[in-house]
Amino acid sequence: MPSLGADMDEGTVVEWSVAPGDEVHRGDLIAAVETEKSVIDVECFEDGVVEALLVPVGAKVAVGTPLAVIGTDGAPAPSAPSAPSVPAEVPAPDGPPLPRATPPVRRFAERLGVDTGDLAGTGPHGTVTHADVRAATRPAPAASPAGGRLRVTPYARRLAAERGTPVEDLHPGTADGVVRGRDVPAAPPAPSAPRAATRAGADGMRAAIAARMTRSLTIPQYHVDAVLEVGAALDRLRELNRRAAVSARIVPAALFLHAVARAARRVPELNGHWVDGAPVPATSVDVGVVVSLRGGGLLVPTIPAADELALPDLMTALREVVERARAGRLRSSDTADAGLTVSDLGDTGGHAVHGRIFPPQVALVGLGAVVARPWADGDLLGVRPTVTTTLTGDHRATDGVVGGRFLHAVDDVLHDLEEWS
Amino acid sequence: MSPTADAAARDLVRDALARVAPGPDLDALADTDDVRDVLELDSLDFLRFVEHLVAVSGVRVDEDDYPQLRTVADAGAFLAAAGAV
Amino acid sequence: MSTGTAAAATTSGTDRGPTYREALREALREALHADERVFLMGEDVGRYGGCFAVSLGLLEEFGPDRVRDTPLSESAFVGAGIGAALGGLRPIVEIMTVNFSLLALDQILNNAATLSHMSGGQFSVPLVVRMTTGAGRQLAAQHSHSLEGWYAHIPGLRIVAPATVADARGVLAPALACPDPVLLFEHAGLYGTTDDAPDGPGADDPAGVALDGAAVRRPGTDVSLVTYGGMLPTTLAAAERLAEDGTSAEVVDLRSLRPLDEETVLASVRRTHRLVVVDEGWRSGSLAAEVAARVAEHAFYDLDAPPERVCSAEVPVPYAAHLERAALPSVDGVVAAARRTVG
Repeated sequence: MPSLGADMDEGTVVEWSVAPGDEVHRGDLIAAVETEKSVIDVECFEDGVVEALLVPVGAKVAVGTPLAVIGTDGAPAPSAPSAPSVPAEVPAPDGPPLPRATPPVRRFAERLGVDTGDLAGTGPHGTVTHADVRAATRPAPAASPAGGRLRVTPYARRLAAERGTPVEDLHPGTADGVVRGRDVPAAPPAPSAPRAATRAGADGMRAAIAARMTRSLTIPQYHVDAVLEVGAALDRLRELNRRAAVSARIVPAALFLHAVARAARRVPELNGHWVDGAPVPATSVDVGVVVSLRGGGLLVPTIPAADELALPDLMTALREVVERARAGRLRSSDTADAGLTVSDLGDTGGHAVHGRIFPPQVALVGLGAVVARPWADGDLLGVRPTVTTTLTGDHRATDGVVGGRFLHAVDDVLHDLEEWS
Repeated sequence: MSPTADAAARDLVRDALARVAPGPDLDALADTDDVRDVLELDSLDFLRFVEHLVAVSGVRVDEDDYPQLRTVADAGAFLAAAGAV
Repeated sequence: MSTGTAAAATTSGTDRGPTYREALREALREALHADERVFLMGEDVGRYGGCFAVSLGLLEEFGPDRVRDTPLSESAFVGAGIGAALGGLRPIVEIMTVNFSLLALDQILNNAATLSHMSGGQFSVPLVVRMTTGAGRQLAAQHSHSLEGWYAHIPGLRIVAPATVADARGVLAPALACPDPVLLFEHAGLYGTTDDAPDGPGADDPAGVALDGAAVRRPGTDVSLVTYGGMLPTTLAAAERLAEDGTSAEVVDLRSLRPLDEETVLASVRRTHRLVVVDEGWRSGSLAAEVAARVAEHAFYDLDAPPERVCSAEVPVPYAAHLERAALPSVDGVVAAARRTVG
C-alpha cells in the first residue's frame, strides 16, 4: 500500500486491474485504492509478471502493506497461468459443448470487434447468441445484463437478506454481471455511489481537509503580498495561442504556475519540508496544485519537477492532472509529496487568496484573479491586467523577506518573455 | 438566422458544455446565463469547452472570440454567424 | 517371468509403500486367512493370478478350493456366488471389467439386490463383487467404461470405490462383514499407485476404514471438488494447480457411491459455496448429476455459483490415445471449471 499523501495511514483496495499471470510494466495502472479523500490509481514500479494479489478488493490495509507479488526475473512465472486456459491441443472434454458460438455468430462478432470468449452466453448450454454479441457492443448497465433481472447467486441473496441490504442495491464485482457473495457489502452496507470524485464521500474529504488545516493552524505563518502587472505576459501568451490549435493553447494559470516553479528554483528556502524542528530542502521542484472539485472539497495533486518542464509541457501536465483529480482517478505518481503548493483561484474567483500551508511544507503561493487595475508606469497612469500574488511562509523556516524575494522572482519570470515563450 | 438554425446552434453549445460540466447545473442553465459563473468553469474547463465546440461545429474560435461565448445564446449566435449550422 | 515381476513389485513396495494392487492382495490374503467361509472366484483369478494380477500367488497359498477359476460366464459365476452367500459362505467374486458385469446384471439386480427385501429379511446375500472400472489404458470402448453410477442407482446394493491404497487395503473386511451385497469398483489406473501419505486414514489400522462415509482428502475454502475412485489423483492435481494461483480447493472423495455421504458433501459446500463434481462417467444421468442435484436441493442458499460437472465426453471411450485423453476429465478441465465457479 503506497503512501498517497503525507497524511495517509491506510487505504482500501477497491479494484484490481491485473490478475496473476499478467505482464506489467513500469507505469501501468494496476489497482485503485480508496483513501479518505479520493480514489487513486496505483502505478506499477517494476516490469514483470504478477504472481499473486495479496490484498483482496474491499480490504483496508496500512501504508506499507504489500499488495501484490511481481516476479521480475523476466520469464512469466510458470506457476501463475493467466486467464482460465483451455488446453490448446485437446478440446475441453467437459465444458459446455463446443464451440461456444456458432460460425455465423462468430463472424458477426468479428465484424463488430467483439471477442465471444469474453461473453457470458445466454443461449442453450451457455452458447453465445447474436443478441449477446449485439448487447456487448452497447454499454450495458452494469447492474442488469440479463434483461433487467439482476443475476444474484443464492448465497449472495441470503447474505444480502442477513445483512439487510436490498438486493437491488447490489453491484456485480465482475464483468459477467453476476452478484456473488463477495459483492455483498459487509454490514452495514457502504454507500454505493458510482465511482467518482465524491466516491470517498464528501464527509471523508472534509474530514481530511479539516485535519490538515487544523494542523496547519499550529504553524506560525506570515503573509506577503505583491500585485504583479501581467499585461505584457498575457499579450505574449495571446500571440502564442493565436498561432496554436485550440488543444495547444496555454491558459494564464499554467504560465503563473511556470513562474512559481522557476521562482522556487531561485529561492529554494521555500521549497521543502519542516521535519522534527529543522528545514529539509526539497531536491526537486515538485509543486502541489490545489484543484477544487465541482461537488465541493479539494484535492492537491503534485506535478513533479515542474520547473524542468517547458511551458507547453507544463500546460499538458496541468490539464491532465486536473482532469484526473476531477474524475476521481488520480494516480499514485500524482500523490508524490510536494515541496510547495500553489492555490490559484482562477479568473472568476477572488482578487487574492491568503492560504494556509499544507504541513509539512513550508510555503503556499496564492494567485488571485486577473484584474484590470490602474497602474503607474513611470509618470503615467494606465489600466493594466494585474494578479495579486501572495506567499504564506512557515515562520520557523523562513522570514518575510524571503517571501518577498520569492514574489519578486515570480514577477521576474513573468516579465522575462524570452525565458518562457 | 432562422429559429431552427438558432436552436441547432444552441444544441451544439450545450453538447460541448455537457462534455465539460454535465449535471443538474447544466440542465438548469438558462440560455442567457453566464456559463462560466453558473457552471463554475475555470480556465482549463473553458478551454475544453472551446475544444469541444470547435470539434462539433468546425468553426475557428480564437481567444479574442471568448467574450462572445459568454452565454449559450451568445455562443449559439456566434456559431450560426460563422456558418456552423 | 511372473515371479520376476512380483519380485520387482515387492522391491519397489518396500521403497514406496505398497501399491494399490498389493494392498488389495494383502486384504484378500488376510480375509482368506481370517475366515474359512471366504473364497475368491472369477475368470483367471487362480493360475493366471487375475487379469490385473491382484490375486497373484493366492492359488499357490490357499489352494483351488479357495481360489477358483471359473468359466467365461459372468451370469453363471455371479449367480453361483449369490447361491454360496445364501448358503452361508462369504464369496468374493471378481469380474474382469465393469463392461462384462452387464452379463451378470440380471443376477446382481434381480437376485442379489432384491432377495433380502423380497424375503422380508429372512435371507441376506453377503456377497462381495470386485470389478475393474475406468479408462486410460487404450483398452477401447468395451473395456473402459465407468458404469458404477448405474449400480449406485440400485437399492439393495452397497457401492464402494476405493481411491487410495489405504482404502483398498481396508475396505474388504467391512465389505465381507456387511449382510448386503457389496460391489467394489477398482479403477484400473489406480493399481500401480502408492499413497503419498502412507500414514493416511486406515493405513495402519485396516479396521479404521469404514464402508461408507466420504473423506476430505484436501481441505480448502474457495471451492469443493467432489470426486471418487480413479478421478481422485486428477482432482488432487487440479487442486494443487488452483492453489498456485491462490484458489483454495477442498477435495472430497465420496468413497461410497451408495449410500452417498450427503452430509460431508453439503458441509463442504456450505464452507466453500461452490461445487465442482469430477466423475469419469458420462454426464447424462450420472453420479455427478446426483451429487449436483442433492447440493442444489439441500444447499441452494449456500451456492455462490452454478454447480459445475467435469465428466467424460458422451462417446464410447475411444481407442486412440490422444482421443481417449481428450474424452476423459483432465486436470485442465477441472481447473477451468473451478475457476468458472470462483468467477
